[in-house]
Amino acid sequence: MSIKKFAVAVYDDEAVLFPAVKKVRGAGYKIHDVYTPFAVHGLDVALGEKESDLHIAGFIYGITGTCTALGFMGWIFTTDWPQNFGGKPHFPLPAFIPITFELTVLFAAVGMVLTFCYLNQIMPGVKKHIFHPRQTDDKFVLVIEVNENTAKETETFLKTTGAEETNIQVAEADWWFGRFDKREDYEIQEQLA
Amino acid sequence: MHLKYESVIREPLVDGNKSYHQVTEDICATIENKPTKLWTIGFLISASLLAFGMFSVTWEVYWGTGVWHLNKTIGWGWDITNFVWWVGIGHAGTLISAILLLFRQGWRTGVNRAAEAMTIFAVMCAGQFPIWHMGRVWDAFFVLPYGNTRGPLWPNFISPLLWDVFAISTYFTVSLLFWYSGLIPDFATLRDRAKTKFRKAAYGVVSFGWAGSAKHWQRHEMLSLVLAGLSTPLVLSVHTIVSFDFATSIVPGWHTTIFPPYFVAGAVFSGFAMVQTLLVITRKVLNLQEYITIGHIEAMNKVIVLTGSIVGVAYLTELFIAYFSGVLWEQEAFRLRVLGPYWWAYWAMMTCNVVSPQLFWFKKLRRNVWFTFFMSIIVNIGMWFERFVIIMALHRDYLPSSWSYYTPSWTEVGFYLGSFGLFFTCYFLFAKYFPVIAIAEIKFILKTSGENYKNKMTEYEDQTNEHFLEEQTHHH
Repeated sequence: MSIKKFAVAVYDDEAVLFPAVKKVRGAGYKIHDVYTPFAVHGLDVALGEKESDLHIAGFIYGITGTCTALGFMGWIFTTDWPQNFGGKPHFPLPAFIPITFELTVLFAAVGMVLTFCYLNQIMPGVKKHIFHPRQTDDKFVLVIEVNENTAKETETFLKTTGAEETNIQVAEADWWFGRFDKREDYEIQEQLA
Repeated sequence: MHLKYESVIREPLVDGNKSYHQVTEDICATIENKPTKLWTIGFLISASLLAFGMFSVTWEVYWGTGVWHLNKTIGWGWDITNFVWWVGIGHAGTLISAILLLFRQGWRTGVNRAAEAMTIFAVMCAGQFPIWHMGRVWDAFFVLPYGNTRGPLWPNFISPLLWDVFAISTYFTVSLLFWYSGLIPDFATLRDRAKTKFRKAAYGVVSFGWAGSAKHWQRHEMLSLVLAGLSTPLVLSVHTIVSFDFATSIVPGWHTTIFPPYFVAGAVFSGFAMVQTLLVITRKVLNLQEYITIGHIEAMNKVIVLTGSIVGVAYLTELFIAYFSGVLWEQEAFRLRVLGPYWWAYWAMMTCNVVSPQLFWFKKLRRNVWFTFFMSIIVNIGMWFERFVIIMALHRDYLPSSWSYYTPSWTEVGFYLGSFGLFFTCYFLFAKYFPVIAIAEIKFILKTSGENYKNKMTEYEDQTNEHFLEEQTHHH
């Protein structure tokens, strides 16, 4: 658990968000994250994110599937329990292709989805702080981590970037196990303060 | 930056005056409202069909496969006919979401979610048939290669029937993962909109805690792209392998190299027909005509006329090769198909699959919703007969004393009806509790292909090439 303070700016269009991201980064602020309701192309570049290596992981899983299938079938047919099927060879490569292909795809797909969930830290029961209830609907939310001293000044700056709404939020920066229909302790404390 | 320009000549993919928020409202409306009377009635009919199917299957398991009218020559009957038919139907969804994604077909976004759901349910139905056909269904797990206690006895890895086990289960798993990874952000939208406690908790769990971070979206895009790349050969492989069940045998009429491409084309053909059947109704009942437009329907009808023609060419090629091969048995098998005791099935197949889809060459008919619906049913009947014709090819083998005429028993018919029950029960639940259209993906194409945004494209149309180029490059 790491509860931190954030300055939050809400934009109503990606056309406003892009110049804002540029301006915020240009002014030297470090962006904690940007939340968008859909995949906005070019945003990762604008944020200076590296390209994802997920496809490399997928390739490795795929090769693992290929080797597993060929190795397993080959071991069974040549070593563990050799059988004579109509005088055909014990390692009939062409006849192994269908299963080898299927396992390649299966390993790659399952492995990639699990890696995707792991990297994004998502799974059933995981809860994350939602900075704006419409960030999964039509709002684009830019978040900067602040402390007591920088909060006010950062928010004032964000107001100049075309945001339709800005605020300061105390929030859990990480994920935790929780239910979305329940409010967390820190949220209630913030409400009281 | 979303300033990709698309010509105004190209039909919009989202009609009406839409903002991002309006898209969310429109698609979430069915989920957030109370179920309609129509939905309840439809769901109950499906559930009772499913119950009848379960009864038929229980009957079959209790008494054994003998209650089916299978005989010496017809060992597969309706059961495997239905299996191949359902698997074929299950091809459209992943084709739409994978192959059309790689081909950058924007119109897929309106229909991919429902089509993928349909795919998954169709594959679930298909899987039932070979499993219950085993008779001693409690031994079904023998097909899996596990370290077992029966001595080191492994399944035969060079049997096409075992390839099928791997192909179908892989296809089901990968389609499910592809579908679900797309659903996660949309579930998050529903979660954040939820008004009731239960709904918020439930969609909170199924959305995996998705928040829409930029980095996560980047990975999500990468995942979709690679899964699409993986699924593309997968779709083609599945029905290829199903066709191997027939093609690797040495039965006249089955032993042909044309089977893999011909089966795949037929699968796409019937899959799109089923998508049309469902979506023509869904768009009307859920009031989604602005997202699943006449343009979408026309695009799918074009696929139907193309694949229908491929299937037609395959039928004629089969006949020609039987004649040209000079093989007596092959010739007799095809003579019996066309003129034998099952001539009615052959001609039903020819009429439904080859002749009637040709009407889709007329633009007026392609864009007619009622005609499309009617044709989609015809095509699916035709494709069922195609599989029936192929499987009935065995009714006269080399030994005249075992020649027979096969008709199904009530349990076989009940099992088939039950698969419809399973399919529609799942589909009704999906239509009520899942976003039927991919919300995030529609938002992604909205500014390029939405009607209200397209009308503003005239500004770009009037620009000179140099000016347009300069402006577009400067935005990035």
